[in-house]
Amino acid sequence: MSGGMKMYGKHRFPGRLFIVEGKSTQLMLLQKWLESEGYVTSFSEWNSSPLVREVTRRGKKKQMLTPMTFSLIHATDFADRTEHGIIPPLKAGAVVLADRYIYTAFARDVVRGVSPKWVRDLYAFAVKPTVGFYFRTPLDVAMKRILGGRDAIKYYEAGMDIGLSEDIEESFRLFQARIIEEYEKMIEEFGLVAIDATRSIEEQQTEVRKIVSDALTGTKKSKVRRWLDLASLAKGSRK
Amino acid sequence: MARFSFFGEGLPEIELAELKGKLIVLEGTDGVGRSTHIGLLRQWLENHGHAVLDTGMTRSALAGKRLKQAKEGHTLGGITMSLFYATDFADRLENEIIPALRAGFIVLTDRYIYSLMARAIVRGAAPDWLREVYGFALKPDAIFYLRLNIDDLVTRVLQSAGGFDYWESGMDLHLGEDMYDSFVRYQRWLLSEFDKMVEVYGFEIIDASGPVEEVFPDLRDRVARIVESNGC
Repeated sequence: MSGGMKMYGKHRFPGRLFIVEGKSTQLMLLQKWLESEGYVTSFSEWNSSPLVREVTRRGKKKQMLTPMTFSLIHATDFADRTEHGIIPPLKAGAVVLADRYIYTAFARDVVRGVSPKWVRDLYAFAVKPTVGFYFRTPLDVAMKRILGGRDAIKYYEAGMDIGLSEDIEESFRLFQARIIEEYEKMIEEFGLVAIDATRSIEEQQTEVRKIVSDALTGTKKSKVRRWLDLASLAKGSRK
Repeated sequence: MARFSFFGEGLPEIELAELKGKLIVLEGTDGVGRSTHIGLLRQWLENHGHAVLDTGMTRSALAGKRLKQAKEGHTLGGITMSLFYATDFADRLENEIIPALRAGFIVLTDRYIYSLMARAIVRGAAPDWLREVYGFALKPDAIFYLRLNIDDLVTRVLQSAGGFDYWESGMDLHLGEDMYDSFVRYQRWLLSEFDKMVEVYGFEIIDASGPVEEVFPDLRDRVARIVESNGC
C-alpha cells in the first residue's frame, strides 16, 4: 500500500477491468475471445482469498455471521483480491475479468440492513471497472434456475438470517426480489451496463464483445503485445 | 435517552437505550502494561460487586484464530489486514461487548478502534476511510491512554521475556536495518498517531513510566469515577 491509498475512480492503470454481475458463463466466453485476440487476461472471482475464505465458510456453516460481520468478511476477501489479484495485473497492462464485484456486496448488505452509505465507503478502495455488466434476470426466471438445478438453497443465500420467512424457498424469493431492486438502483448510480439475460447466450455475448471491444480501443492488444515483445527482447542474449 | 452513541453509521437493529453498562478502553503502544492493569482493574471491580467483561484484539470466535495465522504468514496486504481486524472487532462488539453492556457489565477492553486505526494508518490506509469504516463502533465512556516515551518503551521491551517481536517492531514495513531500528521507528510513528488522536477522541493520558504500584491507583480512581457516574 505504499504511496498512499487510492480510492474508487482514482486509479490509473494501463490495463482494463471488466466485471460481470450475474452470469459467469458470459465472462468465461469473453475471456476465450480476448485470449484468441491476443490479449493477456487475468481472472478474479468472489471468495477467493484462501485464509479469509476459511473464516467465511466457517461463519456461514455455523451461522455465526451478522449482517455486519457478513459484510466485513466479504470486504476483507475482496481487499485481498484487489491487492493481489486485480491491481498487479492492471499495472502490468492486462485485461482483468472479475466475476462479481463490489455491487454484489452493495446489493446483499443493504438488503440485510447495513447502511448503503457505510458499505459504499467500506469498498472505497476498489478499482472502478472500465465496464460493469449487470445481467438482468426476471425474478421468476432466477427462481426456476435455482430451484430447478443443483444443490439445496443455502441459509445465507436465501437471506434466512434476516427472517423474511420461515420457508426457505419463500425467503429466497423475497430476498432475491429485494436484491434485484438494489441492482436496478445501482445501474444509474454506477453506470452499469444492463444486459437482458433472457435472450440467447450468443446474442448476449455478441453485445458484450461489442462493448468490450469499444472499451479496448486506445489501449489495445498492440500495447500489450509491445510489452510482451519487450519482455522477450530482455531475455535475448547481448550482441 | 440513550447514553451510548455510534461514531458514524451505526450497527443495524441495535437499541442503544438498552445498553446499561460502561465501556472502558485502555489504549497505548506495546509494552505499556495494559494487560497487567486490566487484570488488576477486573479484580478490584469484582471485589466491589461489579460484573466485568474483559476483551481484546484477535479474540473473536469468528476470525481470531485465522487472523493470528494471517499475521504469522504475513502475506496479506495492508487494506486486507485492516479489514480482517475490523471483522474481528465487529464480531466481538456484536457478540461480546454489546450483550455485556445490555446486561449491565463493566466492559474493559484492551485496545479499541484507535490501535487498529493507528496500525492501519502506518501501513498506508487513509485516516478518513478508517473513520468511516469504524463508524459502527460504540463511543466508549472513557479512553485511558497509557503513555510511555520511546526510551522508556525500549527499556521495557528489553526487560521483557520475549524481547523485540516481529510485529511490535513493524518488520513488515521494512523501516530499519534490524529489529531495534525498526522497533524505534515503528513505535515512534505509532506514538505520533496516538498523540494526534488525544484531542480528537478525548483520550485521558496516564503516565505509564512509573512502576505498576504508582500507576495503578491513579487509573483505578479514574475508573471508579466513571463507574460511579450516572446510573451504574
